[in-house]
Amino acid sequence: MSAVKLGVVITGGPYTRQASDTAYQFVKAALEKGHEIFRVFFYNDGVNVGTRLTVPPQDDRNIQKNWSELAERHKLDLVVCVAAAQRRGILDKDEAGRQGKDGDNIAPGFRISGLGQMIEAGIVADRLVIFGD
Amino acid sequence: MVMDEGPLEGSVTKRFLYVNRRAPYGTIYALESLEVVLIGAAFEQEVTLAFLDDGVFQLTRGQDTGAIGVKNFSPAYRALGDYDVTNFYVEAESLGERGLTLDDLQQITYEDEDDDWKEKPSIRVVSRRELAAIMAEQDVILSF
Repeated sequence: MSAVKLGVVITGGPYTRQASDTAYQFVKAALEKGHEIFRVFFYNDGVNVGTRLTVPPQDDRNIQKNWSELAERHKLDLVVCVAAAQRRGILDKDEAGRQGKDGDNIAPGFRISGLGQMIEAGIVADRLVIFGD
Repeated sequence: MVMDEGPLEGSVTKRFLYVNRRAPYGTIYALESLEVVLIGAAFEQEVTLAFLDDGVFQLTRGQDTGAIGVKNFSPAYRALGDYDVTNFYVEAESLGERGLTLDDLQQITYEDEDDDWKEKPSIRVVSRRELAAIMAEQDVILSF
């Protein structure tokens, strides 16, 4: 099978939903098969994957770290929706400064941008695959 | 943070379908779906909206959220015609199962530039079978 360019959207929140775990396994498998991941876009409660302040129990997986490490290894573009992120308290340094907040929490390998990035993934990718409920 | 968003130069046109399945309040899905539709309209793609299951309640007329302290965003659907979002498909079975008819929904119209700017209804009630055929024609389906 020839390589496919994939866009991935995650709308399910971490731990509450399996969506971000399943998407992680899917992206890993797709990369192993030689497919291209154009972008991973986090929307709805999926944006909560992108905080580096979560502290899950040590005997459980760390969803944010899984994604940050995968992104570093494969140069993935992990994008968190700005509007959804602001509602839920996910901020990068610039946004924290702009909103007068005393700290930021965006995780390594993630960036905050607009919904247009998701639409663009739908246009550019051969397939847009959505993980949510 | 990148905020400059707009149509991609020389890009292809794809068929985007937004599937709205949930009640307008109680979860954030309806509002965050509408936000995608509004942003997506700038990309000059072929946009279609589908309303089924409790999603048909999103279009009901006379919504009043005063008592629950949540913003009533239902007037925004009427503005979508100005963004060339004019294809609203509402599933007949979902309406019927909830005791609703077309008269319970807002009047949503657009001005047809190909027909002397005549005002036309954006909402079309279709059967579950017809909606399945509409879904099969799409390139990108976002379901909320």
